[in-house]
Amino acid sequence: MQAMKKTMMAAAMSAAFAVTAQAGGVSDDVVKIGVLADMGGVYADICGKGCVTAVEMAVEDFGGEVLGKPIEVISADDQNKPDVGSAKVRQWIESEQVDAVNGLVASSVTGAVTKVLTDAKKVALISTSASHAFTTKACSPYNVHWTYNVAALANGTVKPMVDSGKKKWFFITADYAFGHALEGIATKVINDQGGEVVGAVRAPLGTTDFSSYVLQAQASGADVIGLANAGTDFVNALKTSAEFGLTETADVAGLLVFTHNAKALDPAIAAGMKATTGFYWDMDDQTREWSARFKQRHGSIPAMGQAGAYSMTMHYLNAIKAAGTDEADAVMAMMKATKPDDFFARNAYLRNDGRMVHDMLLVSIKDAASRQSDDDIYNIEAVIPGDVAFNPMMESCNFAAKS
Amino acid sequence: MATLFGINLFALSGQLLVGLINGSFYALLSLGLAIIFGLLKIINFAQGAMYMLGAFLAWMALQYFGVNYWLALVLVPLAVGGIAILIERFLVRPIAKEDHLYSLLLTFGLALILQGLFTQLYGSSGLAYQIPAELKGGTKLPFMYLPNYRAWIIIASLVVCATTWWVIEKTKLGAYLRAGTENPQLMQGFGINVPLITTLTFGFGVALAGFAGVLAAPVYSVSPEMGSNILIVVFAIVVIGGMGSIGGAILTGLMMGVVEGLTKFFYPEASSTVIFLVMVIVLLIKPAGLFGKEA
Repeated sequence: MQAMKKTMMAAAMSAAFAVTAQAGGVSDDVVKIGVLADMGGVYADICGKGCVTAVEMAVEDFGGEVLGKPIEVISADDQNKPDVGSAKVRQWIESEQVDAVNGLVASSVTGAVTKVLTDAKKVALISTSASHAFTTKACSPYNVHWTYNVAALANGTVKPMVDSGKKKWFFITADYAFGHALEGIATKVINDQGGEVVGAVRAPLGTTDFSSYVLQAQASGADVIGLANAGTDFVNALKTSAEFGLTETADVAGLLVFTHNAKALDPAIAAGMKATTGFYWDMDDQTREWSARFKQRHGSIPAMGQAGAYSMTMHYLNAIKAAGTDEADAVMAMMKATKPDDFFARNAYLRNDGRMVHDMLLVSIKDAASRQSDDDIYNIEAVIPGDVAFNPMMESCNFAAKS
Repeated sequence: MATLFGINLFALSGQLLVGLINGSFYALLSLGLAIIFGLLKIINFAQGAMYMLGAFLAWMALQYFGVNYWLALVLVPLAVGGIAILIERFLVRPIAKEDHLYSLLLTFGLALILQGLFTQLYGSSGLAYQIPAELKGGTKLPFMYLPNYRAWIIIASLVVCATTWWVIEKTKLGAYLRAGTENPQLMQGFGINVPLITTLTFGFGVALAGFAGVLAAPVYSVSPEMGSNILIVVFAIVVIGGMGSIGGAILTGLMMGVVEGLTKFFYPEASSTVIFLVMVIVLLIKPAGLFGKEA
């Protein structure tokens, strides 16, 4: 509420004084970051209010001001609806002079919002969306895609499994853009490694009963059932697979697993399952220190997108400081010229197409006996170097290839 | 493997059975709705939220008080029914004389509040609830592996549905019920406490949703969204069966489970819409529903 009031005051004041943007320095005397995410729906836990907390923490840790001007954080709920999200962002740009939008979860919303931001030359700080479109065919000079993407998931989880001899795959895929993208890129990885995809079913988003799909997967005789879905779809698909005995005859691979979902699974079913993640709170002292602070404020351990939102905000603010302005082109150039380095971003750099490349983690879900606490979910199996995890820059991103 | 027209018969019979399992869930939920609408003319949009509440109460009972699944299966429906009685007495009854739409809007609002409350308290990722040890594992049938718990779902819901149907349609108590809602003044005259019957009926109809919630907890993740996802489908089933037809709700529930299961087999992308397609067709041909009486 307090932030809301401040925001309103600032908006009213800036309107009254009709402050115009100047070259150099901070335009309208405040750096304003909007956090847009699903605050109450299916993706609320993986970004939501936690992303707002993470961005606020970054602003506080940065000192609350940059180039002598205050930094403000405002937030809104996109309800996972592209029209709601883009309308909100348009309003932020027009009446709030927002400089960058952080958060961004459902790929459909992010797609709509990044178009608005690009037109207005404002920075999109994408923390939780999975689609690789934002740095390929829908790329923009103002997109920053931080935490992970579908390519990193497929390379991280699928490749080692195919290499170990699991050649025949069957997909249970969420029937919308994200699921299709994930299935497509995983299929490419499988084919490239000499495996084959023997079939796939497309389950509507929000399916509660996966038993029919599991039976079809079982009948396919595949070595691995790939779950190209996320959230409760993933949880329900995995539970049903275990119930119908599928986990005994084939491997089930979750292609996008968030810690919050892994936590919701019975360890007896999920133990040993591998997944790729951009961040795990219990990796080392640095991650534990930050995660403890986050948990104290937010109430639960950070999801990877929330840690990413913090890291990305820090890098953005550092770039403003170094560039001496909050003007988007200069800030983007500075973000790409300097390497982020913090508890989240390891061996990291921001590529010209907007893709942040950093070390990913291959993890496996712990069994009940080896868990020390409720939050103790993963074993870290391997660190996947960024250049292995993320696909190389593609020519389909026009501006990046040209410049 | 036996095939017919290139269709794997084993896989098909597996799908039929799976459809029946889901259908028994639908039957249980639509039965509750049909009782409440058929006898009280209240369109209860909170039925999905009560189903969710049932699952959450089972989880909370286990988590905080160590109440096991079997006990929860008895206690939770009682608790949910009790809450429903309070809702009927203090929220629904004051507007009972108004248009049906008022009770619809009221219960819809309640559902949204409940869902929001649980999202706030427990997040949106869902909570784990284990299958009771007695029902773990499964039976190998010639055409599929049938998890014991799913078989239990069919048995439990069929027994409850059949008993409910029998009580309402075949017993004296059921006759009072039906008469009490048909002509309350007359029944009052015979010394029967009609408001009490109304309250208890509402409580019972909602308790069925609570029961379904406990049944669902081990197989689906216990999440605030679970009720809103299933509610619309169940409403479609009640409409297809004929608003208020008790037997119609049960039979249509089972049938639609099978229809949905087959769609998942032949054309999965349409599985979330097929029931609504059936609803449209049925409404065009027989506006009162398959088992409904023409008004």
